[in-house]
Amino acid sequence: MSKYLLRRLLQAIPTFFGITLLSYALMLGAPGGPVTALTFNPNITPQEREELAARLGVDDPFPVQYVRWLLGDDWMRWDSNGDGLADHSFLLALDGPDGNPLPPGTQLGILRGDFGDSFFQHQPVFNIVMGRIPATLELGAMALLLSIIVGMPIGILAAIGRGRAFDNVTRVLAVLINAIPAFWLGLILILIFGAWLDILPMGSRCAVTLTGTCPPIYQRLNYLILPTIVLAAAPIASYSRFMRASMLETISKDYIRTAQAKGLSRREVWFRHGARNALIPLATFLGPAIAGLLGGAAVVETIFSWPGLGLLAVRAVVQQDYPIVMATVIIAGAGTLIGLLITDVLYAVIDPRIRFS
Amino acid sequence: MSESQTAPAALTPTKRLNVGEARSGMSLLGRAMYRLRRDTLTLIALGVLLLLVVISALAPIISRDFLNVDPDATNGYAHMLPLGTPGHVLGTDNIGRDQLSRLMFAGQVSLGIAVVGGVLSIGIGLILGVMAGYFGGRLDDLINWVIATINSIPALFLLLIIAAILRPGPTALIIVFGLIGWTFTTRLVRGETLSLRERDFIVAARAVGASDWHIMFLHIIPNVISITIVNLAITMGDLILVESALSFLGVGIQPPTPTWGNMLSNAQSFFKTGAYLIIPPGLLIVVTVLCLYVVGDGLRDALDPTINNA
Repeated sequence: MSKYLLRRLLQAIPTFFGITLLSYALMLGAPGGPVTALTFNPNITPQEREELAARLGVDDPFPVQYVRWLLGDDWMRWDSNGDGLADHSFLLALDGPDGNPLPPGTQLGILRGDFGDSFFQHQPVFNIVMGRIPATLELGAMALLLSIIVGMPIGILAAIGRGRAFDNVTRVLAVLINAIPAFWLGLILILIFGAWLDILPMGSRCAVTLTGTCPPIYQRLNYLILPTIVLAAAPIASYSRFMRASMLETISKDYIRTAQAKGLSRREVWFRHGARNALIPLATFLGPAIAGLLGGAAVVETIFSWPGLGLLAVRAVVQQDYPIVMATVIIAGAGTLIGLLITDVLYAVIDPRIRFS
Repeated sequence: MSESQTAPAALTPTKRLNVGEARSGMSLLGRAMYRLRRDTLTLIALGVLLLLVVISALAPIISRDFLNVDPDATNGYAHMLPLGTPGHVLGTDNIGRDQLSRLMFAGQVSLGIAVVGGVLSIGIGLILGVMAGYFGGRLDDLINWVIATINSIPALFLLLIIAAILRPGPTALIIVFGLIGWTFTTRLVRGETLSLRERDFIVAARAVGASDWHIMFLHIIPNVISITIVNLAITMGDLILVESALSFLGVGIQPPTPTWGNMLSNAQSFFKTGAYLIIPPGLLIVVTVLCLYVVGDGLRDALDPTINNA
């Protein structure tokens, strides 16, 4: 088991590396990219700008820039005698273009949580992003829970009554729900329940408070209802279809025939022998579901002004606040990777055949 | 296309066993058309799609000659007109632009992006999938690594970062969709190619001295083209959803170019007074995507050689 775990963990490393490489390469292509944007200040002289560019390493080769962004530059150019100027360097030039020594590197790199400062909020991006994660986790967990609680029984019932009315209705509904854009569903629900009937809040995580913090979750469940439903709609549809397929496959197995032959009741065969085993492949669905929820969060959080990672990302994109955009993408990617890992582990735990193959 | 599909069937007994059981003498395409003609739901969906395409394509003519409106013309005196106003059947938006006309022009953009982006991403997916499956080895590893990377960033976040950088117009968005959307097709085609590669007719082709490219283009691609076409319909539906979501979030196609997504984004600010501005663009998205999914499903059944008496 631990060998399997280790192998999966090692497999995730190149993927994470790929995520960082892809996002960094994309960002470098930005017109007036992040570093250029920092050096774009009409009030500084060309000489100062050149110095700043040298310190920030704008002209360094791509691999050096990437490594600095990933791991920081405090180990690439450092000061050992305490005079504020760098006296040793590795990979980087020690002196600036004017021949004078540069100050030592101060970046820690994203792997140590240093995503730089936000262009607009003038705070470390890491703190801003971490502050948004609880809201996203809360919404995501609720949506995941709802999609499992609703999707699974629908799938099981549809499989039991295969070809009957319930099966056909849920099949049509599942395709329909997948074709409805989440933001439109959200707008319609806000329109009906928020504007016309006025029984549910139209958005945000809780009523505005003086301290800016929200009360415990059970005091503001009404704020969660609409966003959770919208975020869970697509997973409910997928889960129910997947569960139906899995259930039908399980039912054709020999041990089900054995159970029937033993004279067990239909209920016992379907639920105790069928449904429990049909749940196993469902675990593989969890990883993609987490990726879907994170992606869906960007849309749902925006419609409902839910102060999570998705809303942060969308706002940052509109403002072109690159450090925040980068951080949200990398954290969303890392979250997905963790989700996939948990899925694999879960799968190995409940299905011993995986571990030993 | 029908020629390239029937040629290997005639040459290789393995393929004929798979394909021509029920009605002998019918090509795969012929059988697919035969089945499609009997699939009312798919035909209806195809009809609706065709109607949407034709109306969108004729948007400039319809707007100018029948509705007598300009989709970008604003009118401060005629803003937020309700449904059924003479001259503006679907009303006008907050700055007095005719909704019906804008919907048709938006259809051009939304459908155009979906079609071209879909074809592009499927094309890339097909080629990379066949190459990964056929050559295997390092190339396969590399492609799989790229797929794993792209798939582990939630698509919308990846698109957000690209949108932040590119500020995309329709063309840029199409290219982006093409460059991101191929992973699913590639995996599908790769799997199919892996199993085809070991089949007798491929081995036979190699034995008579066919080159790798000859085998890939004449023997493998015709055999994976049907799953690719099914995938195309579904991908187009997905792209319409993604484009509308991006435009809705304000990072996709920028106004004044209308798309169904950014029309909703605009309507959102006035929706208490203007529910009529929210329903139509959304309904068009739903209908289009639904039809594409239904068509994809219908094509899957029609092109599936293992179903014989549909």
